[in-house]
Amino acid sequence: MKFKSHVMGAFLAGAMATTAFSSVYAADDTIKVGILHSLSGTMAISETTLKDAMLMLIEDQNKKGGLLGKKLEAVVVDPASDWPLFAEKARELISVNKVSAVFGCWTSSSRKSVLPVFEELNSLLFYPVQYEGEESSRNIFYTGAAPNQQAIPAVDYLMETEGVERFVLEGTDYVYPRTTNKILEAYLIAKGIPKEDILINYTPFGFSDWQTEVAKIKEFGSAGKKTAVVSTINGDANVPFYKELGNKGIKATDIPVIAFSVGEEELAGLDTKPLVGHLAAWNYFQSVDAPANAEFIEQWHAYTKNDKRVTNDPMEAAYIGFKAWVSAVEAAGTTDTDAVLDTIIGTTVPNLSGGYATVMPNHHITKPVLIGEIQEDGQFEIVQQTPAVVGDEWSDYLPDSKDLISDWRKPMSCGNFNVATGKCGGKGS
Amino acid sequence: MQRIRKGRRVKANGTRRAMYRAIQTFLVALCLLVSCLATGLRAQEDIRPLVDALGVGNFPQKVEAVNALAASGNPKVAEILQNLSDGKLFAPKSGGPVFLEGEASGSYLDVLTGAAIGDAPGNLAKIRLNNSLRGAISAAMSQLTLLSPDRSARLAAANDLLKDANPENLDLLNSALAEEKDAEVKSTMEAVRAVILLKTDASFEDKKAAIDTIAARGNRDALTILTAAAATAPDELRPGIEESIRSINRSLALWDVAQNIWYGLSLGSVLLLAAIGLAITFGVMGVINMAHGEMVMLGAYTTYVVQQTVQAVAPGLVDYSLAFAVPMAFLFTGLVGVGIERGIIRWLYGRPLETLLATWGLSLILQQTIRTIFGPTNRQVDNPSWMSGTFEVGGLASTWNRLWIIVFAISVFIALLLLLKRSKFGLQMRAVTQNRRMASSMGIRTPWVDALTFGLGSGIAGMAGVALSQIDNVSPNLGQNYIIDSFMVVVFGGVGNLWGTLVGALTLGIANKFLEPYAGAVLGKIVILICIILFIQRRPRGLFALKGRAIE
Repeated sequence: MKFKSHVMGAFLAGAMATTAFSSVYAADDTIKVGILHSLSGTMAISETTLKDAMLMLIEDQNKKGGLLGKKLEAVVVDPASDWPLFAEKARELISVNKVSAVFGCWTSSSRKSVLPVFEELNSLLFYPVQYEGEESSRNIFYTGAAPNQQAIPAVDYLMETEGVERFVLEGTDYVYPRTTNKILEAYLIAKGIPKEDILINYTPFGFSDWQTEVAKIKEFGSAGKKTAVVSTINGDANVPFYKELGNKGIKATDIPVIAFSVGEEELAGLDTKPLVGHLAAWNYFQSVDAPANAEFIEQWHAYTKNDKRVTNDPMEAAYIGFKAWVSAVEAAGTTDTDAVLDTIIGTTVPNLSGGYATVMPNHHITKPVLIGEIQEDGQFEIVQQTPAVVGDEWSDYLPDSKDLISDWRKPMSCGNFNVATGKCGGKGS
Repeated sequence: MQRIRKGRRVKANGTRRAMYRAIQTFLVALCLLVSCLATGLRAQEDIRPLVDALGVGNFPQKVEAVNALAASGNPKVAEILQNLSDGKLFAPKSGGPVFLEGEASGSYLDVLTGAAIGDAPGNLAKIRLNNSLRGAISAAMSQLTLLSPDRSARLAAANDLLKDANPENLDLLNSALAEEKDAEVKSTMEAVRAVILLKTDASFEDKKAAIDTIAARGNRDALTILTAAAATAPDELRPGIEESIRSINRSLALWDVAQNIWYGLSLGSVLLLAAIGLAITFGVMGVINMAHGEMVMLGAYTTYVVQQTVQAVAPGLVDYSLAFAVPMAFLFTGLVGVGIERGIIRWLYGRPLETLLATWGLSLILQQTIRTIFGPTNRQVDNPSWMSGTFEVGGLASTWNRLWIIVFAISVFIALLLLLKRSKFGLQMRAVTQNRRMASSMGIRTPWVDALTFGLGSGIAGMAGVALSQIDNVSPNLGQNYIIDSFMVVVFGGVGNLWGTLVGALTLGIANKFLEPYAGAVLGKIVILICIILFIQRRPRGLFALKGRAIE
């Protein structure tokens, strides 16, 4: 019996280990690119798609003749939605596999976990997801939206076009919604919205019983002023939230909901008929009418052999990050981190919405802001598109960060320069 | 003869006269028809520029166009606006004349006449809608359908007007009110009229009566209207409005309590469903089954597969696919459960730590298997029509799916209780769990009873998955969200006691929902957890502890 239980334990341990796999090939004539996305655990739902998108981009680059005359080789690791494991896997990618750059992470927690590793080992990370800002690292490029490229234009749209005067800021309880809502609250108050017209509410991860929350929103919305919900609800909690909204009959014409984390991928698990007209703010939608986008979607369908697979905003951000890195490496003639850091600033590559994205000195990029309304087929109808906006890493609406700027060009080379004190480092005030 | 002839002539004259008259009438009728058609056509053509205006400009301009169209009073307008809101109207991207989409793809019709258009321009795009445009359309439609013969259309129109009452509609409303027979529609229309009166410069008495009419509705909509009215009302009206607001608030506060109890029952029934399978595997058999959540998840995926199959085989039955999914999920997860018991758990009886580790590993394996087969993204399980939408009882609003889940949870609970207390298998199961060796010497095949019991617990978890697929994500992570809550319910209620599970689930649900409005969802959950820890400290065996020799 004792023996048997040991066998059982070994079997289970083995089974668990296989879920975290890595593919390491010994080949010197290739340029290695690390892909650091969770393929198991809670975040697999979002991150697996990005891994596929990266593999597709690398395959495509190789078809075009590779980079600097060498083939690109993807090294895929699985950090299994476990934040400390992200740091370990990042270290493994850089030190053991000797990758030239890493594309990966989704949650801010995972990014914060790998940040010291990238700075210590001086490698590059391209981070493709919208985030809360308040960070700028020499070794990280933020190709997703900063709050001023998503959240602030979204509430502007609500105020200007929909005439909203009362806001519910509904979010999942973690760093991204908390910071974004702090920025939004300061912004709304600066715009003259009284404090009693802003309701901030948080729910735990994976929250599924939305009856009370939706009733509270409905109640808050019955004060005689046009009300909207700004949702930073994350991942899994969205489906039950929208199901409850739909069933409670809260239509977009009564109380519109604008979401920052709901894209085509999230809507794929939902019946969208009751949700028509609810909004999302992104920098890309699959429904963007541009030749580059049509080509990308076709490529994606061919690669996944499934013409129902949707594309989404983080995929576009990954696309821009990859193209920017390729173009910077070509300009530098080497994949050496310091050389690429010099050439990548100012690099301009086409995005998928028919415009261009430029890598700015603060390691953020320029992006247009798109507001879309959910349609019956699970796609978004774009109702507003702004010109490209420069990502602002340190928000102007938070007292701690309004004096900070970031500029990684020499001679400043500083991620948090305080313009009030004229010194690099430290949060202001 | 002559007389006869004369008579004939008279007759002939009469016939001819009648013929003339007939021709005359026919001609007049024809003339009238032609002129009618002409004026009809002209009237139709009159609104063509208004219709074509829908195809140009930005959203505010299109809202103007919709309002202008609605104001034209043309009988075609309702149909055109309906087509616009259905997304059937097309216009060139650069702006220009509007066309109606035909049945065949790529074919276009004239918006007004419905005649096919052979040479439609190539670069047509659907006229986009946004929320303000959608709002303008529904406001315009509600004016047009206020006199519709269909009761539900009138009610919807009146409800729409209630949200956006415009003094310009007063005459229309008065004429609609004069004809209205249905009590509910009439009372809604009267409320609309009252809202409009508050906005106009009607006399003090009229306004006072209007306030009473609105206050009599006593619901949240009435509160919204009165709060808005209070801000602009003249001083002499304000005390009346404020008094009405206070009384509505008082009655709503009472309803809020009822609402919280209902939400609590609903959450409790979800917890009950999730936990009741565990009450068998953990409570009765004593297996710390960390893979319980994954059984729920497998049940939800079974629902998905069944729904897809029904959709493919018999699309007409898709509304009832849940009825097939329940037994399928029970059988499938039950079989998986029997397999797990025979393959893994039976080697580990009496060693809780190793059972815990083994089942935890198993849960990871099952999750990853589903992720490999179905992909990591959510699968869409549709709510059947009888489970969609809301119903209201007084001030209590709930959704149909919640009601059905409560009914389902209670039925499962009763069925399980009957099975355990009244059937031979239930008797054997209780015998085995209470005294294995005695049961064995009585001729009961204890290994099979173990396997079937574990299968039963897993099968019930699978049925819970069917219900959860209606309110939650169908994703590989579904089970993880419920495993902790399930253990909490079983331990709190008392291990090994089904009634304990019932009371535990409902208590936790209601306590949670009473805390949530005050403490918020995050803090509420923490408070509940602390309370349970303290409670378990005082009573380690939970609410309903087993007594006597049953506990070893």
